[in-house]
Amino acid sequence: MPETILVVVEQREGKLNRVSWETLTAGQAIAADTGWQLEAAVVGSGTAAIAAEVAGKKLTKVHALDSPQLEPYTPDSYALALKQFLSSQSMKLVLLPHTYQVRDFVPKLATSMGRTVISDAIGYKNENGRLLFTRQMFQGKLSADVSFASQAPWFVTFQNGSFRGDQVTAGAGRAPVETVKLDIPGNIIRNQPQPVFKEAKQAVDLGQAEIIVAVGRGIKEQKNIELAKQLAEVLGGELAASRPICDSGWLPMDRQIGSSGQTVAPKLYLALGISGAIQHIVGMKGARTIIAINKDSEAPIFEISDYAVVANLFDVVPPLIEEIRKAKAGP
Amino acid sequence: MLVCMKQVPQKDAPLKLNESGTWIREDVSYEVNEPDAYALEEALRQKEQHGGEVVVITSGPARAAQVLREALAKGADRAIHLDDKAFVDLDACNTARALQAAIKEENFDLILTGLQSDDYGYAQTGVILAELLGWPHATIIMQIEKRDAGIRVKRELEAGYFQYVDMPLPAVLTIQSGINKLRYATLIGIKQAKNKPLRKVALSEVESAMGEKLQRIERLYVPQKLKNTEVLEGAAGSIAKKLAEKLRNEVRVL
Repeated sequence: MPETILVVVEQREGKLNRVSWETLTAGQAIAADTGWQLEAAVVGSGTAAIAAEVAGKKLTKVHALDSPQLEPYTPDSYALALKQFLSSQSMKLVLLPHTYQVRDFVPKLATSMGRTVISDAIGYKNENGRLLFTRQMFQGKLSADVSFASQAPWFVTFQNGSFRGDQVTAGAGRAPVETVKLDIPGNIIRNQPQPVFKEAKQAVDLGQAEIIVAVGRGIKEQKNIELAKQLAEVLGGELAASRPICDSGWLPMDRQIGSSGQTVAPKLYLALGISGAIQHIVGMKGARTIIAINKDSEAPIFEISDYAVVANLFDVVPPLIEEIRKAKAGP
Repeated sequence: MLVCMKQVPQKDAPLKLNESGTWIREDVSYEVNEPDAYALEEALRQKEQHGGEVVVITSGPARAAQVLREALAKGADRAIHLDDKAFVDLDACNTARALQAAIKEENFDLILTGLQSDDYGYAQTGVILAELLGWPHATIIMQIEKRDAGIRVKRELEAGYFQYVDMPLPAVLTIQSGINKLRYATLIGIKQAKNKPLRKVALSEVESAMGEKLQRIERLYVPQKLKNTEVLEGAAGSIAKKLAEKLRNEVRVL
């Protein structure tokens, strides 16, 4: 019998989180590489439609972990449901997207089974039959290849954007869907979640912007935001920021790019004094052209930049604004 | 309240690999892991509102005590230091086991920690600690409100969504950066910190609670560039000129 890979897809309120397709693509790639077989699991209440959607992809089986106790999401119910299911199986590898929800329950699940999670991986390597998972360390400055030293199941979460969700292979037919019997007593659930809400109506939809000028810690002081604003204006673009700038209240939260803010893919992304922590990069790496100005030559932002300017932004931006003005004024 | 804090390399510190290529050379500058600083601030604010005691804990070699001294200067009441360089390269599970062993005589109502560290970035230790203790937890917290029974916390979800969660105590919360405004230590605080208790815990005291590594870093390396990056150099004026040219002729936005 070949080993089995399980992808746990994510759903919220009956809708599949699209990032799950990326995890399925990862599962299909590892399955093709190792000769292992691929199965999927859906966790929730009323999961039939999602299970059917997933069953159309190239995999051997879909497990539906369905119980009224799984809606709304709580870490207690999810960890118990998956523990009951995994204890009845012999999965080698369990893959999940590195979402806020997965981060909330997977360390608990793995610990309750005496196992470990390689979290926030961005890829894998198959070195002579030995699987290694690549993670970013020190905010993306270094990468590490990590191996499992524990028994299976091995848990891995993949960072958003590590695999292409649109490359998930459809199946020749429809994979069978099996409903999993669960026993989740109501009294094990300790957290009482209230309805999900949005803080304020998003004023700016940066996802539509063609040009974005984004500022990070390198901007130093609130009054310097004005300089970035001038650059954005002269370019006809939107002003955005990394998280620390919004945390400081220098720009409103709705201008934040990254895992806890907006995801953008503009024609031009001009990063001023942004180091490029993972949480920021996931929100902007889809930009067509990335220009980064940062005085730290080792800033991870340069790894994904098309044009790298290792310099003090306060030296470069004022003449840049002038040059752009001149260019716009015509020859 | 207990606050778990970690010392990590400074954000813009240049990192060099050690000879075996499995870790960085230790001769860099360190600072407190930023989300942990917010966790401490939140604990201090809760104490100011509701009373109680704030204890800080860290694991790491002698240098890590700096994080505790700063926390005491900001207003924490006492500190626990798991003092050994062996604590640096643990997986999240063994770090949590060591922390649990170090606090087994304590009686906390609430444990706070940053949502993840800037070095390993596991984002797991707090959740694992909760599971080991048998306590409920909530992650990526932006607000804590004490209620008659337990607490109400505000969880940050993705893409600008939030959710309130009611939960009983004791509990573990992982704190998101930006939950509050950080304070600076005062001169009086720094003086007072010298007289506050700091308990050292040796590796031998907690080792029996720890186990084999569950995951292992095989190699650490500078990531390969994904893009063909063109580096623009020179004086600021000439860089500006070159950039404007690129914007016009290649990016085509002018």
